[in-house]
Amino acid sequence: MHVTLNGEPREVPGPLTLAALLAHLDIDARRVAVELNETVVKRARYEDTPVRPDDVIEIVNFVGGG
Amino acid sequence: MSDPFVIAGRAFHSRLIVGTGKYPSHQVMRAAHEASGADMVTVAVRRVDITRRTESLLDYIDTSTIFLLPNTAACYTADEAIRTARLGREAGMSNWVKLEVIGDERTLFPDTAALVEATRVLVKEGFVVLPYTNDDPVVCRKLEDAGAAAVMPLGAPIGSGLGIQNPNNIRIIREQSKVPVIVDAGVGTASDAAVAMELGADGVLMNTAIAGATDPVAMARAMKLAVEAGRLAYLAGRIPRKMYATASSPLEGVVGR
Repeated sequence: MHVTLNGEPREVPGPLTLAALLAHLDIDARRVAVELNETVVKRARYEDTPVRPDDVIEIVNFVGGG
Repeated sequence: MSDPFVIAGRAFHSRLIVGTGKYPSHQVMRAAHEASGADMVTVAVRRVDITRRTESLLDYIDTSTIFLLPNTAACYTADEAIRTARLGREAGMSNWVKLEVIGDERTLFPDTAALVEATRVLVKEGFVVLPYTNDDPVVCRKLEDAGAAAVMPLGAPIGSGLGIQNPNNIRIIREQSKVPVIVDAGVGTASDAAVAMELGADGVLMNTAIAGATDPVAMARAMKLAVEAGRLAYLAGRIPRKMYATASSPLEGVVGR
C-alpha cells in the first residue's frame, strides 16, 4: 500500500492501523506525535485509526532546539 | 525572599529558560541544564528519522523536574506554526508553545503580523502561547491583546551573541506589559543576561550562548548567577546615574588638613 510518510513516498504492508504502522517502523508511540492528512491524531486513537492508501502521514518527535 | 516566576498560573523556580540545541553531546546538555538551574527548556518539533534509530533527546531530560516548551522554530507562516504547535502539544502533553513565525532567513526576525495572527488562533484553541517577537512595544501590546501568556522580545538576532541592543525598548515593554516579559535571543555572555534582568525582564531564554560556549557547563552556571544577580539588582533599586563624583568617605577629619 502506498503512503506518503514524512514527505517521502513509501510502501507499507496494508491495511493496518496507525499503531501497527508505528510498530512496523520500530517507533515508540509514546515519544512521537502523528498527523494524518494534516490532522493530529491523539495517541489514544492510534489503535483504532486505520491507515488508508495514499494517506499523507507526518511522524514527529522532539529534537534539540532553542 | 520569595520571588516566584509565574507564567499562566504555573510557578517556576528559575528565571532562566534554556534551549536543547547545538550542544556538543546530549551528556553535556544534561550537565549544562543541571548547572543552569533551569526548570523549563525549549525543544523543537521535527520529523522522525525513519531510516535509522536515533537516541531520543528525552532520554537526557528529566521531565519530572524540567518542563518542556516546544517551539515552532523555522516556521515561516502562521499555518506552519499552528500546525507545528498542535503536533508539539500531542508529543509533549502540555498546551504550551514557544511561538515563532520567522519572517527573514538572515536575521531570523519574526513576521510580526503572522505572529499576532497565529497567537490569536492558538489562544482560541486553548494554548498557552509564549511568542518570540522583536523588541517592539507596539507588537508586544498586540500579542498581549491577542492573549499571549508572556511576551518574548529578542535582545538581538538569534545566535548573534550581541547582547541587549535596545535596552530602552525592553524597559518600555516591561513597563506596559501585564504579562511576563522574557528576553529571548541575543545573549552572548553572562553580563548580557544580567542587563536583561536589570532592565526588568521577568526571565531570559537562551540557547547558543550556553551550548556554543567553549565550556557549556561553566557558562550555564555563569548564566544562572547572572540572571539571579540581575534580578536582585533590579529589585534592589539601583542608584541614579550622575555625571560627577560623589565621595564615599567623609570629607572631614582628613589628616594634616
